[in-house]
Amino acid sequence: MRTATPGRIEIALSGSIASFPLDTRFSVPAKGVAAIFGPPGCGKTAVARCIAGLERLPAGFCAIDGEVWQDKTTFRPPHLRPIGYVSQEASLFPHLSVRRNLLYGAPKPKPTPIAFDEVLELLDLAPLLDRSPSHLSGGERQRVAMGRALLSQPRLLVMDEPLGALDSCAKREILPFVERLPEKLALPMIYIGHDMAEIERFADHLVMMERGMVTAAGPLHVLQTDPALPLAASREAAISLDAVVSGYDGRYGLLILRLKGARLLVPAPPLAPGVHQRLRIAAYDVSVAREAPRAGSILNVFPARIRACLPLGAAEITLVLALGTGGSGTEILARITRFSFDSLGLKDGVDVFAQLKHVSLLSASEPPLQTIPASTPTADPGDRQATPRRETRSSAREASGIFLSLHSCRATHVT
Amino acid sequence: MDSFSPEIWQSLGLTIELASVTTVILLIVGTPLAWWLARSKSLWTEAVATMIALPLVLPPTVLSFYLLVLLGPNGPVGLLASLWGGRTLAFTFAGLVVGSVLSALPLVVQPIRNTFAAMGDRPLEIAATLRASPLYAFFTVALPLARPGLLTAAVLGFAHTIGTFGVVLMIGGNIPGRTKVLSAFLFDFVQESRWREASWLAGAMLMFAVAVVLALTLIDKYSRRRST
Repeated sequence: MRTATPGRIEIALSGSIASFPLDTRFSVPAKGVAAIFGPPGCGKTAVARCIAGLERLPAGFCAIDGEVWQDKTTFRPPHLRPIGYVSQEASLFPHLSVRRNLLYGAPKPKPTPIAFDEVLELLDLAPLLDRSPSHLSGGERQRVAMGRALLSQPRLLVMDEPLGALDSCAKREILPFVERLPEKLALPMIYIGHDMAEIERFADHLVMMERGMVTAAGPLHVLQTDPALPLAASREAAISLDAVVSGYDGRYGLLILRLKGARLLVPAPPLAPGVHQRLRIAAYDVSVAREAPRAGSILNVFPARIRACLPLGAAEITLVLALGTGGSGTEILARITRFSFDSLGLKDGVDVFAQLKHVSLLSASEPPLQTIPASTPTADPGDRQATPRRETRSSAREASGIFLSLHSCRATHVT
Repeated sequence: MDSFSPEIWQSLGLTIELASVTTVILLIVGTPLAWWLARSKSLWTEAVATMIALPLVLPPTVLSFYLLVLLGPNGPVGLLASLWGGRTLAFTFAGLVVGSVLSALPLVVQPIRNTFAAMGDRPLEIAATLRASPLYAFFTVALPLARPGLLTAAVLGFAHTIGTFGVVLMIGGNIPGRTKVLSAFLFDFVQESRWREASWLAGAMLMFAVAVVLALTLIDKYSRRRST
């Protein structure tokens, strides 16, 4: 029916699973992170299960990097698909220790591309090895599940809302680990979620779903600034960009980052030139002016051209701006009031100056490591006997020396 | 105590042997059967489940009667047995085992089936995404997780066989040293109004039953604590 293209993940599913109609087609690069985003109940999990081979739609097509897993004539059963699958619910085998859980899917001959020690370090699993899954917190369980999936030496990692069952504190604890995976491992990843705040931190591609259908697919930044899609017009609208570090101003502690059509100055610790750095710029942190401000505290002011104007409620407007003179550079979003919009006489195609008040640096190549005092309360939804075990766990963390900061997102106000 | 002849010790050995052999066969036959009943969506499952459950409601004598017909020299199994030079399975230890297995099968299959059903598809799906073939997943995930159900089934099967009586008399024929198990001894004692021996034997069997159940419960509790 179709041939598989090397370097692509190609999915075409149509039919119904448990009377839920699914008609999902998309193709994303077999490199980096592709996020499938949509409201709960839109069929995201069904797609993940089809990719894993746990559900079978007769008219399905699934090819990963040139290898056909399913078409009209073939259907590879799940255990023959080199996939790492992490789902929302706790999935550790209760009768095995953490170590034996981790090794359950690991191939027997020793030298493997993804080594045991490497995974232990990446996910900080060493202190948990000899415990039983029932003595882990929700966040720890998900870390073990991720490690186990990685050790099965997959060629594709599918994460189906791995943070979905965790409370917000446990989410913050585990998110840095999730962010590190695509950087540390050359492994394509499909990340399924309904929270844009998670996805915009590390996704490269985005597939948007609604009621079993794909509504849009493409590079994350392109969809974020697409006026026809709901992302740009939402209240939490923001853009994610990968900028290149081009220098550091040691006198003032400012990191210099290069974007197409702009050169950003952000207060941050130094990074090596050439390193890619994920940025997040929220629409409400960008304002516009008709004339270049002559004296002001905002460092990042760039000429830009208005590409589109999207009303937000009765009083506000989101602008899609293309940076650079003539609007040839990167697109960002700005949130202004309708009053300013009218009084400045703005419309599509008008040249303005974009003022970026706040730029967040996300998931740097080396995530910031910080030791947290042992008294810091930790997320622990599944903990039944509260106090004594909590103490044990904190001291185990202390002993392990490092623990990731709860706030790995270094937000900086530049005013 | 002197009235307890060596015969009764022989009978005790025979009873334990019967119960052990039966339990092992029950687990070997019952586990895959329970697996199929719990997981197959075929309409046949309910028909098979009904057949397996029949001994629960059927008088043991009825079951034994049909078995006798089947196993006897003129029955199909008897004819088959004659191919190997045997004459009949009736009134033999082997026949006794067949009868005990069939009458205890529902007690063994039901708890295992329930455990497998309660486990759901999830653990096996996870195993499959970790490259475990269905057979490997069955032995490394499904069986270990079903341990409480398997233990319950083993206890029920063993205890039921120790106490089996109707089947013993009908198929076994109450032959001393060959098919005369303890419950049959007890029956004979009562028939001969040897109340003292009867109460000793009944008391011992009661104590034994209590000990077996208690031991297995403790083993399960201990092993569960160690694994968590």
